[in-house]
Amino acid sequence: MQRRVFLRSGAFALVTLGLSPSFLRRTAFAHELRLGARGKILIVLFQRGAADALNMVVPHGDADYYGLRPTIAIPRPGARTESALDLDGFFGLHPALAPLRPFWERGMLAPIHAVGSPSATRSHFDAQDYMESGTPDLKSTPDGWLNRYLAARGTCAECDAKTPTPFRAVTMTEQTPRILTGPAPVIAMSSVDDFTIRASGSDVERLEALYRTGRADIIHGAGAETFDAVKMLRAANPQQYRPEHGAGYPRSQFGQRLMQIAQLIKADVGLEVGFADVGGWDTHVNQGGATGQLANRLSDFAAAVAALTTDLGDRMGDVVILTMTEFGRMARQNGNGGTDHGHAGAMFLLGGAVKGGKVYGRWPGLAREQLYEGRDLALTTDFRSVFAEVAREHLGAGDTSSLFPRFSPGERLGLL
Amino acid sequence: MLSLRTVPVVAAVVGLACAPTTARDIARPSEPAAAVEAREQTADQQVRHVLNRLAFGARPGDAERVRGMGVDQWIAMQLEPSRIRDTVGERLAAGLPTLAMSSPDLLTRYPPPQVVRAQMRRADMSAADSAEVRRSAQESRRVLAEMQIAKVARAVASERQLEEVMVDFWENHFTVFAGKGPERYFIAAYEREAIRPHALGKFRDLLGAVAKSPAMLFYLDNWQSAVEEGRPTADAQRRVARRRGVRPAPRAPAQSAVRNPPYRRRGLNENYARELLELHTLGVDGGYTQQDIVNVARAFTGWTLEQPRRSGGFVFRPAMHDAGEKTVLGQRLGAGRGIEDGEQVLDIVASHPSTARFIATKLARRFVNDDPPASLVDRAAATFLRTSGDIREVVRTIVTSEEFFSSAAYRAKVKSPFELVVSAMRAMNAALDMTPRSAQVVARLGQPLFLHQAPNGWPERGDAWINTGAILNRINFGLALAGGAIPGARPDRWPRFAELDRAERPAQVDGVIAGFLGGEASVETRKILEAGVNPLARDCGTPSDCGTTAPEPAVMDDGMAPVRGRGRDPLSRPQNLDGLREIIGLALGAPEFQRR
Repeated sequence: MQRRVFLRSGAFALVTLGLSPSFLRRTAFAHELRLGARGKILIVLFQRGAADALNMVVPHGDADYYGLRPTIAIPRPGARTESALDLDGFFGLHPALAPLRPFWERGMLAPIHAVGSPSATRSHFDAQDYMESGTPDLKSTPDGWLNRYLAARGTCAECDAKTPTPFRAVTMTEQTPRILTGPAPVIAMSSVDDFTIRASGSDVERLEALYRTGRADIIHGAGAETFDAVKMLRAANPQQYRPEHGAGYPRSQFGQRLMQIAQLIKADVGLEVGFADVGGWDTHVNQGGATGQLANRLSDFAAAVAALTTDLGDRMGDVVILTMTEFGRMARQNGNGGTDHGHAGAMFLLGGAVKGGKVYGRWPGLAREQLYEGRDLALTTDFRSVFAEVAREHLGAGDTSSLFPRFSPGERLGLL
Repeated sequence: MLSLRTVPVVAAVVGLACAPTTARDIARPSEPAAAVEAREQTADQQVRHVLNRLAFGARPGDAERVRGMGVDQWIAMQLEPSRIRDTVGERLAAGLPTLAMSSPDLLTRYPPPQVVRAQMRRADMSAADSAEVRRSAQESRRVLAEMQIAKVARAVASERQLEEVMVDFWENHFTVFAGKGPERYFIAAYEREAIRPHALGKFRDLLGAVAKSPAMLFYLDNWQSAVEEGRPTADAQRRVARRRGVRPAPRAPAQSAVRNPPYRRRGLNENYARELLELHTLGVDGGYTQQDIVNVARAFTGWTLEQPRRSGGFVFRPAMHDAGEKTVLGQRLGAGRGIEDGEQVLDIVASHPSTARFIATKLARRFVNDDPPASLVDRAAATFLRTSGDIREVVRTIVTSEEFFSSAAYRAKVKSPFELVVSAMRAMNAALDMTPRSAQVVARLGQPLFLHQAPNGWPERGDAWINTGAILNRINFGLALAGGAIPGARPDRWPRFAELDRAERPAQVDGVIAGFLGGEASVETRKILEAGVNPLARDCGTPSDCGTTAPEPAVMDDGMAPVRGRGRDPLSRPQNLDGLREIIGLALGAPEFQRR
């Protein structure tokens, strides 16, 4: 009650202070706006460190696979030990990805193989940079492609009618990642708990008053929006969150971050783009096979993604989860029971509108002459084709040429 | 507390609100008598202005010192850092041993975990091996952490403030990303040997030092840029020359490495060439073509590293160099040359009028305004050309100009997270923080030091730093600092703390505004700090409605579950401040403190 009083009288004071009506509208009433219509949501998950595509989505039907990986290959489906979960008679999921299998069966999960960046780089940094900027081999691109998408959609005429929510793009990371860097506002938070003013109630009000009075400049404007956003999140009461439909998130940081993305979605704060990343994929040594190091990473990854999907339930009709990794790993295992940096990799697309139940991408084969530079899985799908299709078909971006300059997506993959 | 004061305060604010100009009115202290050259800014403003622009904000006593010496005198002194006695370097060296080490020594002493793993060379690592890899990974993080600690500490404590501002400026202009492969082993030498010695020197010297630095050669991949198949190399030219009995030009060292080159031959890499023109010198509209980029890249083929993964230094390899003829920005580079090609390109771009304008604009943006006046940029660019790129003279032109001391420039810049944290610590009279804590806070506010990925560096404009999440974190930072969460910067370090701690609230507010907001706060800010309560909330039925009597919860919870405080992140810790600490926390979180 008191806050309302504050706002009303605060607004009155601002009028008499001669601030512009639009500034006033933004600051005083923004939090009362509810974004009623549920829009489309994209959740991007980055596996940083180059996840081993060949053991994630296993080409058990390719005769060369087992020759290249004598001790770390995932056994053929039906083998007596833990083995690949068959998808289509040729590909199978790593057994640790079992939590995702039901979504394949329901036609919601679409793995994409031999996909990635056309850049020849095998540097984690460069490859992540290119995947996030959306401009392979061009370093000077200042912004990320997801932010370019937000900015293009954000310069809207309807902004006068509908104040955009501050939670339109949220990254569950400490810093804004490259993919979301750019002119459109993005909130970075390591947890929903962190999105609060760490002061007593009366100090919070004093701080709010400091930002709602004085000059009508960018700092005051952003400050007023900050307090609106804090209130908006509090009204949504994410602290009382209980996952639904029996979803069980892993206790890992990644699992907890995905749970908080679900919280924000269900709080209807207007989330349109969510981002999280997870490391531990750079398996040069002792990567393991059906069990071991990589299996443990995949198990956490799959459990978290499956929990998110389960938890969102019917909402998955409007949600697409897109996973990516900067490149794949060498086809042949190395001398340390691991794999070194490679070229093409694999992605997952998961959602109610996804035409799943099919592995996308042309398979280039693993025979020596079929490998990229004689050693790595060759690339048959440019990652930008996938991103552009998601932006177009799911988010409704009309023209993707500004998202991916100098790139023509080519034939439609038909993912959505 | 203070509930009874609410009504008169509100009356005052509402009354003020009726006057049309009130919103921009600033409460100013009286002018001192000190004679400073007549400028648009008042004498007091000039003092604060130079401390906010040529330094990272005022420490207690700084304003008096600058006023006593005279603003112009102080500027002249800061432009000659070598004449200023400063011991911060020695003080840091004692606690941060990596700062003085060479890159190869760093690599030997703090090897990256993959090297440690590779040395084990086993199919199955034991638990002890894994522990060793983990330990070495932790140790190797010191290399970057100590640079981050030192960067904050120098900015806080160095007497050579302008030098630190310029080092920060050039490190951002010539940015590298410490997270790329072994890059972190190169950055200590980069700052020590390429950036700092030339921060106020000749631009050409700076550019050359950067071009040959392992940090830049590795970051922008020039080390692996090689002549395209089928073109003549400098090595081949030499053999031809020898057959004809011509004495070959002296060779670069490391002949053995030439026979067995450690690079993967992939041909030309244009990354460095492109950024050299676009970001380091001419600027994106500087008048170059894609063909210029290709030819600049060809000129720099062979500028490489001796064993980059082992942190070897710069070497020119004739076998990698494209010795064909090239034209760069209309100037011909003859065939059959070697390292001179790159040197000549640096000469051309360092003296180019577009470079003069680009650097002048960027410096004026840093020191004066996000959109600096064209008149000033013209003069600064003219100085650049007249003095053959003497950075000190370009900076002097800018910081002694009428435009610099204009009202429009005053408090016009938004602080970057680094500037925010450092200026707060300086205002607090902080001791050197030899822990990574304050650098971590800078990262938390969105500016992890030495970790900007893209080659364009951190934004120089204010709007890029200000958004919803940023303000929240900035406010929490102010609260955390006032709550004593940053080592060495507890509020009782502030010299006036003891004296004001028991004073009446108005005196405390005056003291805090003088100490932390440069004596300037809007009328509203002063009222809000003084009242200790929201002056706009007029309709409280009972005192408790105004939040004035009930004991405050530890965090703003309003029925929400208590927020768990996490030990490592000071910004996540709830701060229940009162008295003078509260006023300091509010002032640091206020809009006024976000500007410089």
